[in-house]
Amino acid sequence: MDTIYELAELSANGALVGLMYSLVALGIVLVFKSSGVANLAQGALAMLGGYLAWAALVSLGAPVWAGIPLVVLLMFFAGRAVERMALRRMIGQPVIMVIMLTLGIEILLRGLAPAIFGSVKKRLDIGIDNAPVILGPVLIDRAYLVSGVVSLALIGLALLFFGTRQGIMLRAVSDDQTASWAVGIRVERAIGISWGLAGIAAGAAGILWGSIQGVDWTLSLLLIKALAVAILGGLDSIVGVLVAGLVLGILENVAPVYLERFGIAGTRDVVASLVILLTVIIRPYGLFGREDIERV
Amino acid sequence: MFYRLAGIRHTSYRSARRLFPVPFDRWLLLAVLALAVVAPFFLSKLHLNSYLLPWVIWATAALGLNLLMGFAGQIHLGYAAVMAIGAYTAIHAVRAGVPFELGLIAGGLVSSVIGLVFGAAALRVKGLYLAVTTLAMQSIVDWIIVHVPVISGGSQATLQAPAIRVLGQPVLSDEGRYWIALVVCVLVTSFLLNTRRTSFGRALVAVREKDFAAAIIGVSPFRYKLLAFWCSSFIGGVAGAVLAFCYYQAVTPEQFHLEVSIQAVAMVIVGGLGSVLGSFFGAGLVLLAPIFLNNLVGWIAATLSLPVGPEVLSHIPLVLYGGLIVGFLLFEPLGLAKIYDNLRNYFYVWPFRHARH
Repeated sequence: MDTIYELAELSANGALVGLMYSLVALGIVLVFKSSGVANLAQGALAMLGGYLAWAALVSLGAPVWAGIPLVVLLMFFAGRAVERMALRRMIGQPVIMVIMLTLGIEILLRGLAPAIFGSVKKRLDIGIDNAPVILGPVLIDRAYLVSGVVSLALIGLALLFFGTRQGIMLRAVSDDQTASWAVGIRVERAIGISWGLAGIAAGAAGILWGSIQGVDWTLSLLLIKALAVAILGGLDSIVGVLVAGLVLGILENVAPVYLERFGIAGTRDVVASLVILLTVIIRPYGLFGREDIERV
Repeated sequence: MFYRLAGIRHTSYRSARRLFPVPFDRWLLLAVLALAVVAPFFLSKLHLNSYLLPWVIWATAALGLNLLMGFAGQIHLGYAAVMAIGAYTAIHAVRAGVPFELGLIAGGLVSSVIGLVFGAAALRVKGLYLAVTTLAMQSIVDWIIVHVPVISGGSQATLQAPAIRVLGQPVLSDEGRYWIALVVCVLVTSFLLNTRRTSFGRALVAVREKDFAAAIIGVSPFRYKLLAFWCSSFIGGVAGAVLAFCYYQAVTPEQFHLEVSIQAVAMVIVGGLGSVLGSFFGAGLVLLAPIFLNNLVGWIAATLSLPVGPEVLSHIPLVLYGGLIVGFLLFEPLGLAKIYDNLRNYFYVWPFRHARH
């Protein structure tokens, strides 16, 4: 029986972490849906969110209830700023250029934020108790539980958002940019909003993950996990992001423990990469993606 | 005035399509080459070993990546992994008694085979998927090198490069190592310069511009993308081996991290996609700019007695790579090569600006 409880514990904690990956991946999917651009700056945006939260809560001493909404709002504008100042100039350029641009922004932020705020790992306390939640024989990390629930709520909000007027415009833009233009939707504005939402998702994930593992540049490594989730989920499906996040989170928590018994240690870091590789080889359009990805 | 065209009249297609239609370019190149050959005699040891040698090696690597990114238009974010495979293969081969020259080629071949496997997986898709797959390749190769003691010589271990022997002669001096790197660089450069004039190079460009259009005129995109991956990985492997043997004289997993891949990509973009000359400019700027900027910031901080911590200084290279990539993509997408080209066009007719060339 112990093994089943152990498996349940690992899976439950993994699933909660996976929900947080989904939150970061949500930004990639939103931007890809609206403009077909790969957002490789998402990891650095998450890191920026963590640093801003640290600056607001610890340096300025703002209370949690005021500081976090402020940071999330700032991240919305950070996302929009990235789109307005960099991506909009690149409309019509080859895909390779746009991907490189977002990667360049990622690297720039990854260097700039630690240079400004200091590169020592910072503790970010957002008022979550350290004691684990005990469900019968299963121990669940309270910080993971809170993060998972918040992530789930935000992804749910994103789904609801697509039912609003603004969200329907976004859906129209993702379907056909020229046609949206013709019926009077401001396509640039819609793309800007999708970047803003990506900033919010990244910022929230950065705050949550930063409160768990501390704030430093390693927060931007969430990019690889988020990319794995986005690709496994199919790049243009929000439900896909949710499912793929759970899959990756559980795999990443369970597989290394069992592989270690066969003498293969330290596989945790490589799970996300293997998921990317296997998805691209076996099912490039992911679990829920449309099957029209261009192939050679 | 410079680059003079007076008296140059091409009367056949053969002469018009020569490598250097303007003789001045040829003489300029030969002069630079001669300077590079005799550089060890007039440069100090410090300048030779820490500026010129890495520049030559990284230019070789950037040329390999440029073949893939600039000519064939395929993105590759795991180039450091390719170089690592070449470096480890060559060092293990030479340690096992294989001659140095064959060890370099073995490094290139193993890199190209592994690079091809990943390329083939990635080539079923393109664009973002290719970027992400090569990113995954980087971290998988990193992981395998660190976690397989047979390859890395134990976790966190350094594998010393054995002594270099070229044609049976031991090469022990700094100058000797520099000349080896220079020879490899010249070979790769002449390959790339001529690639543009071959059917292979034109096929790559056709695939880059529009793959289905290339397929319609009978150029198989799949085949040429794989060939581009093969060639580029071969050059990367050899460059990695030269880097390990001639520059570091040892190999550790840290030398080939993701940051190094990004550095290579920055070189190609800053230099100019698809430009041979640009790879040299890009490698030079990306390697040397952080050093100069570090010194500059240190000097400004010292003169104005500003408190600039080592933290800020240690992040300058990363900020610079990112800034250079973003800046060049936004303001000069064709890179330093285009800036040089503009200068060259200006001097074509200088001082008669009204004349057309």
